[in-house]
Amino acid sequence: MITVEKLTKRYGETTVVDEVSFTVERGSITVIVGTSGSGKSTLLRMINRLIEPSSGRVLLDGRDTRSEPAHLLRRRIGYVIQGYGLFPHRTVAENIATVPRLLGWDTARIEARVRELLTVFSLDPATYAHALPYQLSGGQQQRVGVARALAAEPVVLLMDEPFGALDPIIRAKAQDDLLDIQGRFGTTVVLVTHDMDEAFMLGDRVAVMSGGRLLQYDRPAELLVHPADPFVSRMTGLADRAMRLLSLVTAGEAALPGVAEGPAVAPTASLREVLSELVWSGADAARVVDADGTLRGRLTLADILARGAP
Amino acid sequence: MDSLGVVLVAAGAASLLFLPFVVFKSNRIVPGNPCTLAQVLPAWGALGCAAALALAGGAALWAVNARVRLLLALLGVVAVAAAAAAAGDTLTPPGDRVVRIAPGGAFWVLIVCLMLLATDATTRMRPRPAVRVLFLALSLTVIGVALALGTFDHLSVMREYAVNATRFAHEARRHLELAFGSLAAAVVVALPLGVLCHRRPGLRPGILGTLNVIQTIPAIALFGILMAPLGALAAAVPLADRLGIRGIGAAPAVLALFLYSLLPIVANTVAGLKRVSRAAVEAAHGMGMTDFQVLTGVELALALPVILTGIRVVLVQNIGMVTVAALIGGGGLGAFVFQGIGQTAIDLVLLGAIPIVTLAFSAALVLDALVEVLDRVKA
Repeated sequence: MITVEKLTKRYGETTVVDEVSFTVERGSITVIVGTSGSGKSTLLRMINRLIEPSSGRVLLDGRDTRSEPAHLLRRRIGYVIQGYGLFPHRTVAENIATVPRLLGWDTARIEARVRELLTVFSLDPATYAHALPYQLSGGQQQRVGVARALAAEPVVLLMDEPFGALDPIIRAKAQDDLLDIQGRFGTTVVLVTHDMDEAFMLGDRVAVMSGGRLLQYDRPAELLVHPADPFVSRMTGLADRAMRLLSLVTAGEAALPGVAEGPAVAPTASLREVLSELVWSGADAARVVDADGTLRGRLTLADILARGAP
Repeated sequence: MDSLGVVLVAAGAASLLFLPFVVFKSNRIVPGNPCTLAQVLPAWGALGCAAALALAGGAALWAVNARVRLLLALLGVVAVAAAAAAAGDTLTPPGDRVVRIAPGGAFWVLIVCLMLLATDATTRMRPRPAVRVLFLALSLTVIGVALALGTFDHLSVMREYAVNATRFAHEARRHLELAFGSLAAAVVVALPLGVLCHRRPGLRPGILGTLNVIQTIPAIALFGILMAPLGALAAAVPLADRLGIRGIGAAPAVLALFLYSLLPIVANTVAGLKRVSRAAVEAAHGMGMTDFQVLTGVELALALPVILTGIRVVLVQNIGMVTVAALIGGGGLGAFVFQGIGQTAIDLVLLGAIPIVTLAFSAALVLDALVEVLDRVKA
């Protein structure tokens, strides 16, 4: 659990982060979203003390982060940045082994962990362990960057625009991977982005920042239904807020008992996708069907539309 | 036709026509009698040498394959060297130690042309760094074996060597000590200075500007400038004097070389650090490396190829500049050069100059190879 208390950063007269407080639950994903210059990156970097706060404090599982030397704190916190910052002179395996080596793990344990992570990130150890970063594609470099951050089993993973440099298709895959891996390792994630879609897709909670202040910290649906500030509405977008709301609910969650004639959709599909399918096929209702073919229920157009209103 | 080949062949042919291949001197300082290749070799030898040169010339003009060009150029070098050695053996009366057989203009022009041809061919082949170093080692071994076997003993330079053998070993070692010693001292000081310039951009113009000014002072002038303070130091502090720190000798030489060495290493350290990916440095800090670990493990490690390029410049520069140190009693192979100039004994000059050139060339080649190996990793 991360508790941020009245965290403030000033450079001379300018206040970059202004008394920000929020709490990140263990095992959840918090996305900090804001325009450039909103202080979101500075806020993130104060959590692992790459930037020392002017005032306020950060508690990690109840313990003040300033109670230990900064470099020792950072070894317990994973960190991924845009551009990944892989060490170009070290192999993929050496890159991933960075923090375990700093922590003095024995060689066998490091090797096993590197192998495990490469496999988890679908990088064949035989092919990629001894490759150099420049030999990898952008998506592969990104995965190595995340693998490296997770190598020493950190309790917290900080990510600063980790998908910013990826093309849309690879980015979607990387976002899915992150959700998958976060579920697998139970890591607490704090992610910074300027992309609202990304925030809605990944965040259990979203923190909206502007001008150094935290405007709202809430579940994605709440940002749409009860925006605390006009700026939050502008960030989330008024024009397609109903659609965004629909995108937060899956067909499995919304399905009602009953049978229908229309097209079959997966329970993991969002209502937005189901609606699109109905519009496309001209049907009034869809059948929600599991991967093994079991009928989970149905969704009528009216059911879906009702979900899209506050 | 190959344009470089045309120039080389024209120069080589003209030198054979108009310049002596060897010069026969009845002693080391009198002007000698020029002799052509045909005059000094038996007919079959002259023909053989001419045939080898014709092959090399043909390769220079028409051969497209770089291997063929290299091979025939090397054959030419061996033929010319063998011809000179044979000329020495033929022209020297048995048991004579006064007569000097000096390689003449044609010999030097041919050697230079053939070496250029070989270098050009090697460049076209783009050999891997390890191959280049191996090739250098092989060439030096061949030359070393030929020298050890006494192949060139009757040539003038080797005559000078025979007279000065003990001193040569001493001065050669001194030369290396001065060149590498000042380099080592410069690395120890310049690396931290470079890091400082990188970390504190405000200090950069001051430090680099000062080093730039030092770089513009001519070597002789710098020796002169250092003479007074070092002399005063030796007079005031007996310990300094006992350690050999005096106004003349090795101390001002090393100090001057050290000062000249600073700029290339500092400037390249700054340039090397500047090109290190900021993301890599930030990630390194973010993962919990200490400042020292980031500096040595990431920043300097990634800047190393550029820093080594600076060290290469300095090493080659030092090997050449140590020569001048002989003027102020610093020793080194320059001692032979200046002694030779004083005695108008050109052979003695060559005894100093040839090893200096060979050393500088070898150092450049080895360090270039090292830089290339390290730079394989794209930053």
